[in-house]
Amino acid sequence: MFNIFGIGPLTLITFLPLIGLLIILAIPAGKDEKARELSTNLYRWLTVGFTFLQLVIAIVIYMNFNNALPGINDANTMQFVEKTPWIQLHGLPIFGDLKIDYYVGIDGISAPMILLTAIVCFVATFASWSIKKAVKGFFMMYLLLDIGMMGVFISLDFFLFYVFWELMLLPMYFLIGIWGGPRKEYAAIKFFIYTLFGSVFMLLVMIGLWFTSGTFNLLDLANPANIRPDQIFSGFGTTWRLWAFVGLFVGFAIKVPTVPFHTWLPDAHVEAPTPISVILAGVLLKMGTYGMLRIAWPIFPEAVKYFQEWIALIGMVSIVYGALCALGQHKVGKRDLKKLIAYSSVSHMGYVMLGIASMTSAGVTGAIFQMFNHGTITAMLFMIVGVIYDRAHTRSMDDFGGLANKMPVYTGMMAISFFAAIGLPGMSGFVSEALVFLGAFATYPLYTVISGLGIVLGAAYMLWALQRVFFGKLPEKWSGPWDPSGKLYKHDDINGIELTALIPLAVVVIFLGIFPTYITNMMTESVNQLIHFVTVNGQFTGL
Amino acid sequence: MTKETILLLSTVILLLPLLGFTIIIFNQKRLGKAAGYLGSAVLGIDLILSIIVAFSKLVTFAGEGMIQTKFDWINLGTKTISIGIGVDNLTAVMLIVVTLISFLVHLFSMEYMAEDKRFPRFYAYLGIFTFSMLGIVIANNFLNMYIFWELVGLSSYLLIGFWYEKDSAANASKKAFITNRIGDLGFFAGIMIVFFTYGSFMFDDVFAGVASGLLPFDSGTMLTAAGILLFCGAIGKSAQFPLHVWLPDAMEGPTPVSALIHAATMVAAGVYLTCRIFPMLTADALIFVAYIGAITAFMAATIAITQNDFKKVLAYSTVSQLGYMIMAIGVGAYTNGFFHLVTHAWFKACLFLGSGSVIHAMHHAAHHFHDHHTDPQDIRNMGGLRKTMPLTYITFLFVTIAISGVPFTSGFLSKDGILAGTLAFGSLSGHWLIPIAGFGAAGMTAFYMFRLLIESFHGKAKTNIASHTHENNKLITGPLVLLSVLTIWVFYSFNPIDATSGWFQKSIKTPATSVPAALQFDFLMPLNAEGHNAAAHTEVATHNATNSHTELAKHEAAANTHGAEAKSAHGSHALNKFEEEMHHMHYPAMIASLLIAGLGILLSFCFYQFKVFSPDNMANMIKPFYKISLNKWYFDEIYDKTVIGLTLGFAKLLSWFDGAVIDGIVNGVATVFRGIGWFVGKFDNIVIDGFVNLTAQTTGFFGAAFRKVQTGRIQAYLIFTIVGLMILFYFLV
Repeated sequence: MFNIFGIGPLTLITFLPLIGLLIILAIPAGKDEKARELSTNLYRWLTVGFTFLQLVIAIVIYMNFNNALPGINDANTMQFVEKTPWIQLHGLPIFGDLKIDYYVGIDGISAPMILLTAIVCFVATFASWSIKKAVKGFFMMYLLLDIGMMGVFISLDFFLFYVFWELMLLPMYFLIGIWGGPRKEYAAIKFFIYTLFGSVFMLLVMIGLWFTSGTFNLLDLANPANIRPDQIFSGFGTTWRLWAFVGLFVGFAIKVPTVPFHTWLPDAHVEAPTPISVILAGVLLKMGTYGMLRIAWPIFPEAVKYFQEWIALIGMVSIVYGALCALGQHKVGKRDLKKLIAYSSVSHMGYVMLGIASMTSAGVTGAIFQMFNHGTITAMLFMIVGVIYDRAHTRSMDDFGGLANKMPVYTGMMAISFFAAIGLPGMSGFVSEALVFLGAFATYPLYTVISGLGIVLGAAYMLWALQRVFFGKLPEKWSGPWDPSGKLYKHDDINGIELTALIPLAVVVIFLGIFPTYITNMMTESVNQLIHFVTVNGQFTGL
Repeated sequence: MTKETILLLSTVILLLPLLGFTIIIFNQKRLGKAAGYLGSAVLGIDLILSIIVAFSKLVTFAGEGMIQTKFDWINLGTKTISIGIGVDNLTAVMLIVVTLISFLVHLFSMEYMAEDKRFPRFYAYLGIFTFSMLGIVIANNFLNMYIFWELVGLSSYLLIGFWYEKDSAANASKKAFITNRIGDLGFFAGIMIVFFTYGSFMFDDVFAGVASGLLPFDSGTMLTAAGILLFCGAIGKSAQFPLHVWLPDAMEGPTPVSALIHAATMVAAGVYLTCRIFPMLTADALIFVAYIGAITAFMAATIAITQNDFKKVLAYSTVSQLGYMIMAIGVGAYTNGFFHLVTHAWFKACLFLGSGSVIHAMHHAAHHFHDHHTDPQDIRNMGGLRKTMPLTYITFLFVTIAISGVPFTSGFLSKDGILAGTLAFGSLSGHWLIPIAGFGAAGMTAFYMFRLLIESFHGKAKTNIASHTHENNKLITGPLVLLSVLTIWVFYSFNPIDATSGWFQKSIKTPATSVPAALQFDFLMPLNAEGHNAAAHTEVATHNATNSHTELAKHEAAANTHGAEAKSAHGSHALNKFEEEMHHMHYPAMIASLLIAGLGILLSFCFYQFKVFSPDNMANMIKPFYKISLNKWYFDEIYDKTVIGLTLGFAKLLSWFDGAVIDGIVNGVATVFRGIGWFVGKFDNIVIDGFVNLTAQTTGFFGAAFRKVQTGRIQAYLIFTIVGLMILFYFLV
């Protein structure tokens, strides 16, 4: 019903940036100073325009989303479905008939992610204003990345999912490797190879599943009735299936990232330019946990049950370990604020792991809601760091102090985002963390209570950072204006473009803190369906 | 007034300060000084509405339990999370306490903070604090309570660190927030247990669940644990041992804030929470609560004796008094514990505002002399203020008498009740240490409060500054007068030596315990007509009889029905043994407390007024004790070395581990593969490519060699052919 010329809203929202990309490609960068400035502005506003259109479509999808339809394993209750044969090869040796569909659709666990991606991609464009080098290439890569991310969340075909998953790696590699900080090459390669390493497992499992069920359709793969006898992943609970689950899990866990696969994250975050850090933390990390819920959980339910406690343990360790490492940033090295926030991401994504391991409605709802909230809150945090880095060209907390009087509005925004990250009630992070805790406590009370340490440690490292940067006395070197020429920064305080990026996020964070049902209601049916499906299918084994 | 109106008005009371906050925070520059008027006006309306609500609850609906409403916040399909608000007698009284003190502090601050460059922001923060605090007060469930609990933590953080340019203020605010978070972790763990077991956050549902015999993890110990964990919230917020360390530091905030938040209202939230969870506290949990309170009351009093900072003395006094209230609830003297919360709120707010008046005057005098070295808060720089600031002195004297527990004051009424309670508890349970700590703290309180009064107001001015102080204007003295008047006994009971006949104690009754008899003190179980114990109320009993979860529940249901029949047959309220015993202990406790308070006051006069004994000599005589007291029992130093030091050390270690070991492994793997790659590359280069090149070179070599042969001359080819043929023939033949 929302099809435009036969193109559904999901295809539209995913491939719209492609048009923007092509337009940018067509506009020459210009030779002299003036033409270059003009083209730079054009690239910026084109990207703003296309991501804004994306956001509008996302909102239209949100408005027309039917909360009562569960989706998950039921093709009939998937929404905005589009299904067309894509790659059809007949009579191949070994493989037989290879049928891959362009099969997209959303349910309660992917819909919030679509909305999140649209929001984060839109606001991150404003954070891209500070990009000065090779602007054309930057925005093209940016839009390509956008396509890859959206595609991952709409795919219902494993092969399609895989293609988008890999597609997103390429622009990310260049965005970090070209526009990044001093150690950009190292960080980019580390990110690329680490993720690729995980993808290999995913590819192997995907091929194994093809032999087992003869399809790439995720919904069909999840249906035990489709499993053929005597194939590699045929018998529930067999070693091969457990290993397959572990492989998939590692592939996704690298992306989340959970301890011990997390070390690419601090490097990538610290080196990436601000908008890319925002997208990395805001959207990319969620793909890991999303992949678990979309692929690993429904297809290997008995393995979920088998490894459930270990997954919860990994969640707990990530929470506490990430928080301690973030706190440790106050004690080691250059006291890099961005690195501190990168580690806080490890900790906060740990809540998601704990929640999805709990397999209770509160826990899983909380986990998906936490994915959304972490996306918006951490996006704010990285933008906040970006603002100060653009001006002072340092991120070391030792170099600051007393900024509260110099930049009062900025301080206000930072206080909102820091307290949101701490999980203060009235902000969305509290609701999702509380739901995760309440749900996880029913399954793993001990792990949950230990995870609570993350709350205390979170307050410690965040407030300490707040104090180091904003309170006390202003260092002598910042007493003058940021930019004496007055060209870049007219006022000391945060400027309009930066506020445009931050305010929508702050509004979303506070609004969802008070009215969480605007997101959670989307998920309720799907989450309960998922839990039911995984629990029931996980039962009939000898485990 | 209907119940709906009460709830509606309560909602308005809650939201008005939030509205004030929102208006002020976004219009700081525009409003300027007007922010003070706006904030005060909002609180004035709030106060009037609170009085209306409290009056109708306490008069019209006096006998009712909680008037409440709830609605779904989050629906998870399988579970629903509801929140709501409720007004019972406890709430009604608290509403007045919070709004009145907040209103007075708003007025007071108009003068006190007049010269501050962030004046509007101060009023915005006061607004959000009042909103959060009222949220705790009208919560009818644990979730609401936790939400607003954290929000008062935020407002406390903002207000302690209001002068954030000072490192000490920034440190203190951080310390307060984190220390509270530790307590809140326990609180939240308790809430998780409660929600997991009873499937609801509502107080009513939870207590009914406990009364039905449903226990967390089917274990009485876990019920105790749940109670203690919930109480952890109170340990943090009400600054109880061992988390009391943040409160004295919190005095870095502006003095009106200390009066409002860190003396009268927010820190009392922990006591309020303990009142709320009282019905589900088991005997073991109550003992824990009582000992924490007793230790805090005693320990803080010993510290207050030697402090020289005007506000620090009051801060430790607050910690000690909060310990008193907690101890009272722990021993079962619920009514008196809450009563002390209220009476303490008036006199401690007055004491702090009085200290604010003194500091303000000292500050102005110092400013006059351009003196920036003399600490305007140190009592060693004061003296003789009685003459320069008569009104402040009179009110301060009034409330000092009240806090010391002299008859005809509110403090006497509440303190006496608590001490009787501890004595009763001692005699019934054998825990005599609790009354000893209670009486000890009472004596010390009288001593250090009069020390403070005499050192700062009496005698001669010790500095030039003190002699040049002036009384403040009406915005400051007005609240002092009003608060000091509220310490007169008549407001609570016409009988000056016994509060039990007054309206207050008639309105606030100890709630019946929901805990199964096996887990509760027998003397706290209600008595039936024959004098036997019978548990809980009838509705719970019928609830049990239909559901009958466990054997225990069935057994109890039978007992309850029996008890209820007996009760209705005789038509009288059954007291429990504890209340009887408390009644017996009333006069012994009163006499003892009078003697001890009198002794404390007398000693204080002997030391500081008449100089019969020298405090310095005394300090030298008991030097180790003096040092422990002066250094606050070294709590900060110990925590720095242990908990904080270990955590930071561990964090540092993990950061190193993360970089060196985990990332080391990742990079190591990368290096290994690069090594393999290098080797393969070399192999490829030298061996494989070498072979290929060798072949090429060989070919080339031969090519080069044979090229020479290609001379192009027919004669040469002919010779080659002949020689070749000859060789061929040689081999063939």
